[in-house]
Amino acid sequence: MTTQTVLAAAGSVSTGEAVTFWILAPLALIGGIGMVAARNAVHSALWLVLTMLCLGVFYVLQAGPFIGMVQIIVYTGAIMMLFLFVLMLVGRDASDSLIETLRGQRTAALVLALGFAGLVGTGLYRGLDGVTAVGLAEPNAEGNVQGIARLLFTKYVFAFELTSALLITAAVGAMVLAHVERRKQDKLDQPATMRARFRPGNYPGPKPGPGVFATSSSVATPARLPDGRLTERSTPEILPVRELTAEETALKGTDR
Amino acid sequence: MNAVYLAQDPTLADFGRDPWWLVLGKVLFAFVFAVLATLLGVWFERRVVGRMAVRPGPNQVGPFGLLQTLADGLKMAFKEDILPKAADKVVYFFAPTISVICAVTALSVVPFGPMVSIFGHWTPLQVTDVSVAVLVLLACSSMGIYGIVLGGWASGSTYPLLGGLRSSAQMISYEVAMGLSIVAVFMTAGTMSTSGIVAAQGDATRLTVFGTELPAPGWYAILLLPSFVIFFIATVGETNRAPFDLPEAESELVAGFMTEYSSLKFALFMLSEYVSMVTMSAVTTTLFLGGWRAPWPITLWEGANSGWWPMLWFFGKVIALVFVFVWLRGTLPRLRYDQFMRFGWKVLLPINLVWILVLAGLRSIEDWDTQGKLIAVGIPAGVLLVATLLWPSRKPQPKPTLQEQVNNRPHGSFPLPPMDLQVPPSPRTRRVVAEREPANVAAGPDSREV
Repeated sequence: MTTQTVLAAAGSVSTGEAVTFWILAPLALIGGIGMVAARNAVHSALWLVLTMLCLGVFYVLQAGPFIGMVQIIVYTGAIMMLFLFVLMLVGRDASDSLIETLRGQRTAALVLALGFAGLVGTGLYRGLDGVTAVGLAEPNAEGNVQGIARLLFTKYVFAFELTSALLITAAVGAMVLAHVERRKQDKLDQPATMRARFRPGNYPGPKPGPGVFATSSSVATPARLPDGRLTERSTPEILPVRELTAEETALKGTDR
Repeated sequence: MNAVYLAQDPTLADFGRDPWWLVLGKVLFAFVFAVLATLLGVWFERRVVGRMAVRPGPNQVGPFGLLQTLADGLKMAFKEDILPKAADKVVYFFAPTISVICAVTALSVVPFGPMVSIFGHWTPLQVTDVSVAVLVLLACSSMGIYGIVLGGWASGSTYPLLGGLRSSAQMISYEVAMGLSIVAVFMTAGTMSTSGIVAAQGDATRLTVFGTELPAPGWYAILLLPSFVIFFIATVGETNRAPFDLPEAESELVAGFMTEYSSLKFALFMLSEYVSMVTMSAVTTTLFLGGWRAPWPITLWEGANSGWWPMLWFFGKVIALVFVFVWLRGTLPRLRYDQFMRFGWKVLLPINLVWILVLAGLRSIEDWDTQGKLIAVGIPAGVLLVATLLWPSRKPQPKPTLQEQVNNRPHGSFPLPPMDLQVPPSPRTRRVVAEREPANVAAGPDSREV
């Protein structure tokens, strides 16, 4: 049995637990407030990470080391990371606009949130004041991990399997939505790509840059081949190939 | 010497009883070990890669160039610390520290040795251990990704962002393979505490072969070979080391997530990379290579697994694994990103799942003892290995010769130079040689300048 289990099972709050709680609880709150208040989406996500880490440590304090570590690995390590992934792709300058679409909603939300927090807090305090926790030692008797494993694979095995089936369905659905069918002959291996590159009618070298050997460095000016012909390969397909007029090619007077 | 014969394997009950100075000392030791390992690790890597590339490597500063890293570190500390204009200042500042903290924290649950006596205190050579210690390791490595990702994002430019995104995708994918390999260890050891796993690898069953008693292999590297191989590959991916160093692929992304970093912040990223390499080697040693336990021939000596000796075996194994990391870097070219992801999801993951299924099946067979199971798995595996090695290779298809390939090209193909082309020596070279002043061959040895 680990030290934490002993500490929590004793019923009273030990000094170490109290100190850890009073350090981390304000941090968790600050994280929550920061998540709502931050303008930048990535900063919001980072505040949430702080709260989740604090929650993980709280679980460990409450004699649930396994759930605490899983909280950190799964929620903080994987899920929030995916959130960050998406937020970063959106772009770093995408921050919330300051315009309120519903007038007074912020104030109303603040008042309602304070009221709700006060209600839940006082309710819990009045309900749990003076109650001693009992029965924690019993399920943790052979170890926290073993206890959870026993429950998961006996009593809750059906719920567990259903949850995994649900998750797999979601994953398969996402894959189907994002899947692009490619025919087998469209996939070329390296030798096939090279043969296609050197096949008759295809010039294997790099395309000439626009304006090379021409009278102007404009993108629209086609390059000249060594024999003086213009080559359309050097200009983008959407641009018409044209010769510049004499006026356009004349010096602009910048050399004086 | 009485102490030697007390219980050597620490149990979870042995932790959390140290006085404060001992805890401080252990934490300090783990930290100093991490930093020293970085200093020596960089030197070691440069020397070994140098040897592999047939050149001496750093050999000027200090004996054998040992102080080269120190000199580099000092130089780095005095460089200008650049803060890009577009950077997110707070996140930019904290990202390297997150990396380092996570890499060093993981060392706190690694057992360095058995129970020893320090100033009269009978204590395990390990900072701490909890019933979910391996999950702590996983948590540290998954939090370490934040440092890299945030560093890439906060730099406010394109290449670092791409490097950060790559690394997050890469590390999350390889963490899955890593976690599944550890599952096999959990199943065999029956515990998640690191000291417990080391202890479980020690109590080898005895095999009677031709009348002699031999200890059956207890290391999970042998018992769970597929898990070990996959775990090690995943650790290489997890630590961003070559050939999986895609987040910092210099040919594609300049320096990846640390492009904009300089001075001490860059040094912190370097530190975290090497610390996590050493940490991962230590974790691999703990989970699969018997931890601090001596390898077989040494175990014939009774005191091999007691006192302070095991620390030597532990460091030996860690150095060997770090050498493998360096060896991989010196040998293998970097993978392409899609190849890398395909390898992780389509090769490592399915193999791991099938192997866990097989292992679970084996473990649930109850009427076989360990010896029977070892024989039942070992003999087919050996036969398979020998058969694979001795399998006659397929008859190679007759390949068309070069001339035939040239002749078979379709009409109008790109012109080829003649196949028997002799490149004549450059006329310019001859001219330079002719114009050069003749060497002063008549001068005696005294007049020669050095």
